[in-house]
Amino acid sequence: MSDQKKMALIASQGTLDWAYPPFILASTAAAMDMEVQIFFTFYGLTLLKKDIKAKVAPATNPAMPMKMPFGPKGFQDFEWPMPNVLMGNMPGFETMATSLMKKTFKNKGVATIEELREICVESGVKLIGCQMTMDVFGFEKEEFIDGVDVGGAATFLEYAADADIQLFV
Amino acid sequence: MNDTAFDQELDCKGMNCPLPILKTKKQVDTMESGQVLKMVATDPGSINDMNAWTRRTGNELLSHNVDDGIYTFYIKKT
Repeated sequence: MSDQKKMALIASQGTLDWAYPPFILASTAAAMDMEVQIFFTFYGLTLLKKDIKAKVAPATNPAMPMKMPFGPKGFQDFEWPMPNVLMGNMPGFETMATSLMKKTFKNKGVATIEELREICVESGVKLIGCQMTMDVFGFEKEEFIDGVDVGGAATFLEYAADADIQLFV
Repeated sequence: MNDTAFDQELDCKGMNCPLPILKTKKQVDTMESGQVLKMVATDPGSINDMNAWTRRTGNELLSHNVDDGIYTFYIKKT
């Protein structure tokens, strides 16, 4: 298609909640016949690992609603008055919040991050790892899924300059 | 409205954004030009999304209807 649209994304966050936007947008854009490239930098790099260990971080998300994914509707709709800033520092709270969020996503028919990433790869979304952050964090290309390319700011900017959509997540 | 002829059927009930779009795309890719897909979903966002997807990809949304929370779409592959 000659009028094919292009999208350039930067994925800079590695928590479970922030892992969704880039993979949702990229897989959907590819389904809409767009060409897509995602540049993974800083904590976003962890989303390229073969085994994604993304968690939610309630301590830094004061607006995150605390809800239960099971029980009667009234119980599920209830927003627990937990101060995330305090609870987030309790040992085990992050793990609990993560499993509750995953359970809620599953109940609501939302795809997992792994599924969305798989669809992105299948549909030809180009994944670029930031070389500089890889050096800083000590990540090797071998730790990432197959097909990941490595580059720097110029690599992203060259693509973004010709893209119709550019988003920083 | 419900007697539209179709060649293939896809059940996206219970799935949330963006899965109905991704599954539809995957299925339409396997179809021949001129064939019709009947897609059924429960995601209320799917009306706007299917309209946007068909406009963008050039496929034709023949019709859609809502019945008791069930959204039915007929999409003709171009």
